[in-house]
Amino acid sequence: MKNSDVIIQTTTKVVFFIIFLFAIHIFFAGHYTPGGGFVGGLLTASALVLLLLAFDIRTVKKALPFNYTVIIGIGLILALGTASASILFDVPFFTHAYDYFKLPLFGETSLHSAMLFDLGVYLVVVGATMNIILSIGSDD
Amino acid sequence: MTNLLLFPVLIPFLTAMILLFFPKRITAQRAVTVTGMIASVIASTVLVSVVLRDGVQAVTLGSWPAPFGITMVSDPLSAGLVLTSNLITLAIVFYSFRSIGKGREKNLYYSAMMFMLTGVNGAFTTGDIFNMFVFFEVLLMASYVLIVLGGEKRQLRESIKYILVNIVSSAFFVTTVAMLYSVTGTLNMADISAKVSEIGQSGILTVIAVMLILVFGLKGAIFPLYFWLPSSYAAPPVPVLALFGALLTKVGVYAIMRTVTLLFPHDPGFTHELLMILAVLTVIAGCIGALAYYDLKQIVIYNIIIAVGVILFGVAQMNMAGLEGAVFYLIHDMLIKAGLFMLIGVIIAITGTSNLREMGGLMKTYPGLAWTWLIAAFGLAGIPPLSGFFGKLLIVQGAFEADNLWGGIIILASSLLVLLSVIRIFIHAFWGEPKPVKGTTAGVYRGLLIPAVIVTALTVMYGVGTEWLRPLMWDAAEILHQPSIYIDAVLKE
Repeated sequence: MKNSDVIIQTTTKVVFFIIFLFAIHIFFAGHYTPGGGFVGGLLTASALVLLLLAFDIRTVKKALPFNYTVIIGIGLILALGTASASILFDVPFFTHAYDYFKLPLFGETSLHSAMLFDLGVYLVVVGATMNIILSIGSDD
Repeated sequence: MTNLLLFPVLIPFLTAMILLFFPKRITAQRAVTVTGMIASVIASTVLVSVVLRDGVQAVTLGSWPAPFGITMVSDPLSAGLVLTSNLITLAIVFYSFRSIGKGREKNLYYSAMMFMLTGVNGAFTTGDIFNMFVFFEVLLMASYVLIVLGGEKRQLRESIKYILVNIVSSAFFVTTVAMLYSVTGTLNMADISAKVSEIGQSGILTVIAVMLILVFGLKGAIFPLYFWLPSSYAAPPVPVLALFGALLTKVGVYAIMRTVTLLFPHDPGFTHELLMILAVLTVIAGCIGALAYYDLKQIVIYNIIIAVGVILFGVAQMNMAGLEGAVFYLIHDMLIKAGLFMLIGVIIAITGTSNLREMGGLMKTYPGLAWTWLIAAFGLAGIPPLSGFFGKLLIVQGAFEADNLWGGIIILASSLLVLLSVIRIFIHAFWGEPKPVKGTTAGVYRGLLIPAVIVTALTVMYGVGTEWLRPLMWDAAEILHQPSIYIDAVLKE
């Protein structure tokens, strides 16, 4: 089905980035406040779904040529890898490390290895949601 | 190594992830799966020896103090079950090469299998009741994939039933865990056990105990909750059936064992009596099913149900003999069921049917298969010195010690019916006039028979090496009998 609704397509081009940036904001907010990889991933997936609604699957695939199963795999390995780093230090699994760093522009920043784990969760959620939606929606 | 007990969970998990990257390259898929499984078997063997040497291993994730973080616990029972699951899965991986078909292999079959093993090993290892729910979900999700993969009409029909039943039971599971948390204020199984014995097992806790038995009973197929099992398990191809039959119901049985021995052992007059009655009814219903069918798959599937009844009957005795017998029989049953399902897979591959009436005379053309089947059948029925004997002996001894005479007699009588049900397969399929069969190539026959023979040989060794395995079983039963050992290992570190 070729969709050619000018209004929704034009709006989507702007709104997609707003949703995506908000998703990233929520993702980082999750460290101390509500939010995190799961919600961020869902928001990102919803932005992608909006793209799918405005344009068709083929166009979106051309613009974002990802294999979402591979994204699930990368996410899982990132999450497991972060948690498994504890094995190297012989401390209980899932023990995280954090420290404060002086970064340019940000100043004194707390960097936490849990962020990498959450990034893995984010990728798994995006990959899984998109896989489901694409396999339901790609009958045409 | 602090994290050693997690390795049998993590290695299949990692293997499953790696397999996601190249689904279409079958040779690579097979190689990675076998490598991962061998690593996992080695890790769990080391784990068993460490648990035997140093006692119960526990690690609380994320360096949290014990009742607050998620604790993973490996006692002889869970370590033994993890090793058995890994061995069986390795054998079924080899068995799948020649039987599952390229279509499934290209669609993440091995990956789903590894995810399921992650869930199974995790459920055996976890010491946290909510975490157990999570691992149940992991193994169920993967089993949904396995049951529907291939998309035959029958598979689709049965998978709807299977998913519905499991979603309902999972919903009950969460509700029950929430109730348990609201009463005891903790989810750590060792901590729950300590709290329950402190505040006494009041009425509401007994209600929760019964609800947990029902939830796990739905997954572990006890009477009358096994209704979904026979037709659902018969739908997927034989390797998947072998995997389900050997592992999935046993996770439910294991969870019931933990529930009635660790969490709620204080009101045996009610919970254990109920469990015993259900177990005996399960055995009877299973026997009727196993004798009623002329379908290979159904006969062996109903034998799963009988075994679940026998194991839970042993658990319900709550004495050392009964519990040790239950542990013995649990591991025996996982091995022998895997072996039997793999063997009927060979028969089905040769004859092209699972209907007993349409086969006969295979003895002349396939003697190796016939003799392996006979040994496996004797092992299942528990003819000494094969593997089923000692477990059942202890269970019946436990029943007599606990004055449950009739239950013990029914269990003994059921052995004869079990023997009859599998010998019927032997008589119909292997004796008599040879009937025209579809036949199969020598390569496929060998590829299927060798893993099945290896598993059968394992059960024989399990039976003959009973004396050698006794320390492990004794330790496992002792921890079930005296939860304080388990509690101390988790909470006092």
